[in-house]
Amino acid sequence: MATRTVDVALATSGLDASGKPVRTPLVTDAAGNAIALNAHPPVEPDFGGEHMLINIGPQHPATHGVLRLVLELDGETVVRCVPHVGYLHCGFEKIGEYRQYNQIVPWTDREDYLNSIGNNCAFVLSAERLFGVDITPRCTVLRVIAMELSRIISHLVWLGTTSIDIGAFTPFLWAFQERENVYQLLESWTGARLTTSGARVGGMMADIPDGWLDRLRNFVRTFPRTIAEVDGMLTRNAIWVGRTIGLGAMSASEALNYGLSGPMLRASGVDYDVRKDFPYLDYESYDFEVPVGTQGDVYDRYLVRVEELRQSVRILEQAIARLPDGPVNVDDPRLILPDKHRATSEMESMIHHFKLVMEGPRPPVGEAYVPVESPKGEKGYYMVSDGTSKPVRWRIRPPSFVNLSAIPKMVEGHLLSDVIAINASIDIVMGEIDR
Amino acid sequence: MSGAPGGDAGGAGLLRAGHAVPGAPAPASRRGVPNRGGAANPSAAAAAAKFGAAVRRTEVVCGDTNLHVAPASALDVIRWLHDDPSQQYEYLVDVTAVEQRDGGPLEVVWHLRSIACRRFLRVKAELDTSKPLVVPSVWPVYKGADWLERECYDMFGIRFEGHPDLRRILMWEQYREGFPLRKDFPLRGRFSRAEQLKQALTGNPEAHYSMEELTIADAFDDLPVEMKVRLGHGEQVGE
Repeated sequence: MATRTVDVALATSGLDASGKPVRTPLVTDAAGNAIALNAHPPVEPDFGGEHMLINIGPQHPATHGVLRLVLELDGETVVRCVPHVGYLHCGFEKIGEYRQYNQIVPWTDREDYLNSIGNNCAFVLSAERLFGVDITPRCTVLRVIAMELSRIISHLVWLGTTSIDIGAFTPFLWAFQERENVYQLLESWTGARLTTSGARVGGMMADIPDGWLDRLRNFVRTFPRTIAEVDGMLTRNAIWVGRTIGLGAMSASEALNYGLSGPMLRASGVDYDVRKDFPYLDYESYDFEVPVGTQGDVYDRYLVRVEELRQSVRILEQAIARLPDGPVNVDDPRLILPDKHRATSEMESMIHHFKLVMEGPRPPVGEAYVPVESPKGEKGYYMVSDGTSKPVRWRIRPPSFVNLSAIPKMVEGHLLSDVIAINASIDIVMGEIDR
Repeated sequence: MSGAPGGDAGGAGLLRAGHAVPGAPAPASRRGVPNRGGAANPSAAAAAAKFGAAVRRTEVVCGDTNLHVAPASALDVIRWLHDDPSQQYEYLVDVTAVEQRDGGPLEVVWHLRSIACRRFLRVKAELDTSKPLVVPSVWPVYKGADWLERECYDMFGIRFEGHPDLRRILMWEQYREGFPLRKDFPLRGRFSRAEQLKQALTGNPEAHYSMEELTIADAFDDLPVEMKVRLGHGEQVGE
C-alpha cells in the first residue's frame, strides 16, 4: 500500500496558519475556486463584552406550557432573566364571582390540571370552613386518598418531563405508565381522568365504586417498584448528577424570603410542610415523614420529590387500612342534594333539589383561607362571602406563580442549558400561574 | 431502599419529623371552627400595643385573625411582624385585594405566616375607592411580594409604593380596558367584541420586547426603521 501524506494544513481546514478559525466558503465557481461572499475576510464574530438577547418560548417544549423567558447572555452565561407570563390568563377569579360555590369546583380542575382532584378537595375545604361544616370520617379519608393520588400524578409528570428536559427518556415512559394507572383509578371514581370535579361542599361527588379499594391496594403494592427503578436509573447517574448538582441553589433564608413553598422550600432545608405544621383532613394522625434537602439545588429538589412519592405511598397504605364505613356526605340539607330517586318521586325533595341547584347554598358572611400542601407547594383558596350564594372574592394562592417569580434569582450566573434544568425543577404549571 | 433520599450522595438529604417547633405539641386539624370569635392570634394584640392608633381593629373570622391597619403604616406593621424576634413572620403567603359588591372600601389583604411560631395572620388595609389606590409595597421585607403585588396592581389598579418594577403581569402592557377584578368591570370586558377584535388585529406583533430588554446587545439597532420611529415617538412596547 502506497504511503499517503496528509497535509496538516488541509486536515485542520478550520484554522489558518496563525491558529485563527476560517470559514469554509459555501460557493465555488465552475473551476472549483471559492467565491468570496463578501469583500471582508471571513472571521468568527468576536463578541467581546457584547451581550446577546435570547428569547425562549412562549411556544417551547422545555418551558412546560406558555412561559416566556427573555435572557441576556454573556457568551453562554445568563446575566439577566426577564420572565413573561399571562399567555394562558383566563380570569378564573373573575368568573368565580359569578358562580355558586359548587359551580366553582370545575374551575379548580383547570388551573393546576395535574392536581385536579387535589384542587377540588382544597377548594371545598375552604368553602366548608366558610359554611361552618365538618365533613364525615369517611369523606376525610377519601380526600386524603384523592390528594395523595394527585400528588403522585403531579410528581410523576414532573419526573417525566424533567428527565426529558435533562436528556433521559426512559424515566418519562415509566412515570407516564404509572400515571396512567392512577388516572384509571380516578376515572372509575369520578368519571373523568383529568378534569375530575370530584369534591362537593360537604362531601364528595360520589363514593368510590365497588372493588376500587382493591385496585388502589394493587397500585400501592406495585408502584414502589417503579420509584425504585427511577431511583436506580437517575440518582447516581453521572449525567443526571452532573446536570443537576449545584444548579439554581437557594439558601433557606432566601427561599423563605422569596416565598417558595413545597419541595422547592424543603430542598433548601426549611422543614415546613402544611400537612405537618397546619394540618387538615387529619393529616396529623398519619405516620409519614417530610424529606428535607440541604443544598437547595436542582438535585435536592429531585431527591425531595422522589422521597415524597414514597411517603405518599405510606400515607395511602394507612388510609386504605383505616377507611371507615358510613356516609360520604354530611347530613345537611342546606348543602347536599337529595337522592335522585327521591327528587323524582317526592314533591318536597324535588323542591329541595330545585332550590339548591337554582339558588345554591348560602354561607354566612365571612372569609376563609385553608392552606393545603399541593404537589407544587402551599396552595389555598381564600374566599370572602357577603352572605349570598356567590363569593365576593375567590382567590387562588398559586404556589407555582410564587415559585417561578424566583427564577431570575436562580438562573443568574448559570449557563443557558442550565436554565432548562432549573426551570424544570420549579415544577410549574402554567394553568395555575396564569389562571 | 433506605428511608433517606440519596443517603450516600454527599449527604444531600435527610429526613426530619417535620415539626418546625422543637418540643412543641403537634398541631391538630381544626374542627368546629366558629364563624366569628374564638382564640385570637396573640400577635394581633402585640401589634395593637406597639402601634396604637395605626391598628384600627382586630377580629377573628373563621378561626383566623384579621388585623386592620391604616394603609400608610402597613409596611411598618408588617416589617415589625417580620423582624421582631417574638413574632417572626418570615413567610409572606399572599398579597391580594377584596372589593365588596356594595361599593364599600377596597381592602388590601396580606396573608402572613410565622413558621417558627406556627401562626397565621391576615393583615388588612382599607382603601377609599374614590381616591388614588396607594399602599406601601412590602417588597423591601419580602422579595416574594414582587409578582404578587404586580398581579394585584394588574387586577385592581392598586399602586404599591416602593415596588421596583410595578407593571402588568397577567394582562399585556397595552391593555387599556382597566382592571379586571374591580366590581365595576363587566365580566365580558369593557370594550365591545368589535373593539376587542380591532385592537387584537391592529396590535403590533413586533413589539415583543420591553425597551429595557432591547437595550441588551444593542438590539434596538437591529429593529426595522419604521418601528424605531414609532418607538422614538414614545409608543410603549409590551410583551
